[in-house]
Amino acid sequence: MKDMNEGWVTADGRKIGGVLMELRNITLKFGGVTAIKDISFDIRDGEIRAIIGPNGAGKSSMLNVISGFYVPTEGSVWFKGYQRGPMKPYQVAQLGIARTFQNIALFDGMSVLDNIMTGRLTLMKSGLFSQAFWWGGASREEEAHREKVEKIIDFLEIQNIRKTPVGRLPYGLKKRVELARALAAEPKILLLDEPMAGMNVEEKEDMCRFILDVNDEFGTTIVLIEHDMGVVMDLSDRVVVMDYGKKIGDGPPEEVRSNQAVIDAYLGVAHD
Amino acid sequence: MADRTAAEHSAQSIPALLARNVARYGGYPAYREKEFGIWQSWTWAQADEEIRALAMGLLSLGVARGDHIAIIGRNRPAHYWAMVAAQMCGAVPVPLYQDAVAEEMAYVLGHCGARFVLCGDQEQVDKVVEIEDRIHTIEHVMYTDKRGMRKYDHSRMNALADVIAEGKAGHYRYQEELEARIAELTYDSTCVMLYTSGTTGKPKGVVLSNRNIIETAKNSVSFDKLTRMEEVLAYLPMAWVGDFIFSVGQAYWAGFTVNCPENAATMMTDLREIGPTYFFAPPRVFEGQLTQVMIRMEDAGRVKKWLFDHYMALARRVGPAILDGEPVGMLDRLRYALGGFFIYGPLKNTLGFSRIRVGYTAGEAIGPEIFDFYRSLGINLKQLYGQTEASVFITQQPDGQVRSDTVGVPSPGVEVKIGENGEVYYRSPGTFVEYYNNPDSTASTKDAEGWVATGDAGFFEEGSGHLRIIDRAKDVGKLADGRLFAPKYVENKLKFYPSILEAVVFGAGRDRCTAFINIDLTAVGNWAERNNIAYASYQELAGHPKVYDMIRGHIDEVNASVARDPMLSGCQIHRFLILHKELDADDGEMTRTRKVRRNIVAEKYADLIDALYDGRDSVYTETEVTYEDGRKGAIKATLTLADATVAPGVQLAEAAE
Repeated sequence: MKDMNEGWVTADGRKIGGVLMELRNITLKFGGVTAIKDISFDIRDGEIRAIIGPNGAGKSSMLNVISGFYVPTEGSVWFKGYQRGPMKPYQVAQLGIARTFQNIALFDGMSVLDNIMTGRLTLMKSGLFSQAFWWGGASREEEAHREKVEKIIDFLEIQNIRKTPVGRLPYGLKKRVELARALAAEPKILLLDEPMAGMNVEEKEDMCRFILDVNDEFGTTIVLIEHDMGVVMDLSDRVVVMDYGKKIGDGPPEEVRSNQAVIDAYLGVAHD
Repeated sequence: MADRTAAEHSAQSIPALLARNVARYGGYPAYREKEFGIWQSWTWAQADEEIRALAMGLLSLGVARGDHIAIIGRNRPAHYWAMVAAQMCGAVPVPLYQDAVAEEMAYVLGHCGARFVLCGDQEQVDKVVEIEDRIHTIEHVMYTDKRGMRKYDHSRMNALADVIAEGKAGHYRYQEELEARIAELTYDSTCVMLYTSGTTGKPKGVVLSNRNIIETAKNSVSFDKLTRMEEVLAYLPMAWVGDFIFSVGQAYWAGFTVNCPENAATMMTDLREIGPTYFFAPPRVFEGQLTQVMIRMEDAGRVKKWLFDHYMALARRVGPAILDGEPVGMLDRLRYALGGFFIYGPLKNTLGFSRIRVGYTAGEAIGPEIFDFYRSLGINLKQLYGQTEASVFITQQPDGQVRSDTVGVPSPGVEVKIGENGEVYYRSPGTFVEYYNNPDSTASTKDAEGWVATGDAGFFEEGSGHLRIIDRAKDVGKLADGRLFAPKYVENKLKFYPSILEAVVFGAGRDRCTAFINIDLTAVGNWAERNNIAYASYQELAGHPKVYDMIRGHIDEVNASVARDPMLSGCQIHRFLILHKELDADDGEMTRTRKVRRNIVAEKYADLIDALYDGRDSVYTETEVTYEDGRKGAIKATLTLADATVAPGVQLAEAAE
């Protein structure tokens, strides 16, 4: 077990704690294709950690390793000081890891409220019988969950679409609903796969603010993949840069920006 | 009955009315607010408890008599409570527009010398913090919504909830002082100070006394027979005098319930859930709702569409008459009732207007079609005319005498007279005390006898005795032969056509009127598409002969309607042209709030105006334009000048004599 060394306080007064998750020498292969090649980095409690890189660099695969969806071919994942074995999706959720998807994965026909309520499924305790007949603990429990969900709706300022079917919403709002659903699970680590993709400037600004607010108010650790460099530089505390499945940079945004390997990966040089 | 009159007589301040309401309606709801998806409510007794606790909290912060307490936030019970609590402490509440930028806010806060500021949320706090080093009077900032506020320096900042808690904890220490301060309030102490929006120069602080507010509330409540049972939705800016009268003055006088929406975006949903019985909205809200309905009906199935069209035609024919209690045939009444079952009832329910007894619109002219649409559904929508300096009410329409082109008869207690230049003057118990720290403006607006100039020109219609507002007084002029020239009156009529975006009418000092027309690209573009008219640019569309034909048709209709008015028949448009570019604020032709700057337009397009009067058929012109990034360019165009049909009106009769 790695020593949980002291964290630090950021310029805007947020506390970054000790190491929450550590990825050691991760390699991920699909048949003959090596998606991730020997990557190690850590995620600290309360930080906003960005993973960037050109298309096909293996960012989403990395996120899937973190979420436990992929089991690495080699290497190990350490969460809260313990090595993590292969897990079922519900076990991941119970560990306190929630995510949003690059391609929105919501239930189109269901209302925003119902979609967000699904985020709390793993936290519900009443049995099938009780829920089916709306009897006993089920109604009390639903009220408690609804209250939590309403607080998230309030937090993300989507009160006006509470009862609207998700299918009718514009893209930017769907993204926000997805974030709401992930938050409903009260995660310890929130994984965001390209939260700003396809958004206009205003929607991006809103999303940035919500991500910062979530991190600030709930102390949620956030791992995000993003292409918009401006967003990454503004939001994140530390950045991992990937290219062709390899880690080519890791550190605070300003350090990464001046890293020659990173510049080459983004601007393109002849590979030998 | 006798002691009731006595009680009403003694209630000479808003806090006194609150005490009266607690005694009389203690267990009935006074406020509701939707929060976390649920309507929360407070009875008069509970509201009183909160307001007193807040007032004592303010005392603990050191609020002194005569202090100004600024309140910047959306409509929330807590903000209304803060206004009443401020009064209890002998301080003056000053609600501000929450969309004001920091600069505007700095002027107002500096002008009233506010010591305390209540902000709705972090956004407002940020603005106040930004200007705090310039406005040295601000001692303490309070905020309602705690979100994002954790990291601020709290040495001179408090959450409102903590101020209330402090007041509750200090109950024994502050109660005596609070009672003493409430007892000091008289009918003439300041009730509220509201800043006028200031389209002309800097905003002015209008001081309204308890007498202004309570007398006005008393009169208007009896005019519309409002009772404790009314429900209103408080969604218009708190800094606007109307909201203060409806949600505080009338609500406290009649004892009805004020409902606050969850946030601005949920207003329509909340409207539907509450179903207010008394409702106020500027014309744009009604316009927006009507557009929504029409768009959705276009998408409806054929049966529904047919039902809607059929019954709306019926409603347009007999609805307003039924609402006004005029005789309507039995068969039509039966059909109308059937329509109520199929269309009107469900439609009103969707709009949130099922329970409306009294609805008002004011602020600007409302299109007759829009007005009639709501009236024909059986919604008692009326117009009123008012301003901040009058505590809103100058004239209003009594039930059963409602028309889209008048603003009604003088409200109870209000005297109205028309000056020699046609300007409307009024005097009433609601007439404001003064402009704060501005005796010059006060003196120039309100004369020694208490008459206030509105700045609007109008006249009383013979027969009905209703007031009609025709224009801003300074824009009203005379034609060469001395007939009245009121450009805005005609322009408004023109602008009710969807294809006409803007119209500018000229004619002051000339023998006849002419007009510039701006087409609405969306509406006309749509029309062109449906009629297979090809065009490549705005300019080409604007100059298309078929567009000219359509616009001429609209102008002819307007002329015919203007001709029916003996006083204004001289304002018929003889010739017009369609401008080759949209009037734009970037070119200085309009204000940022999209009001046409008549003089600048006249100056800039002097060549076009000359052409309209010298009988040419076309004119070549070059116009300088400013692009959004500040670069300049020029548009060249040859414009067609067209004649419109002038309807025989009074002026032709005179010519014949």
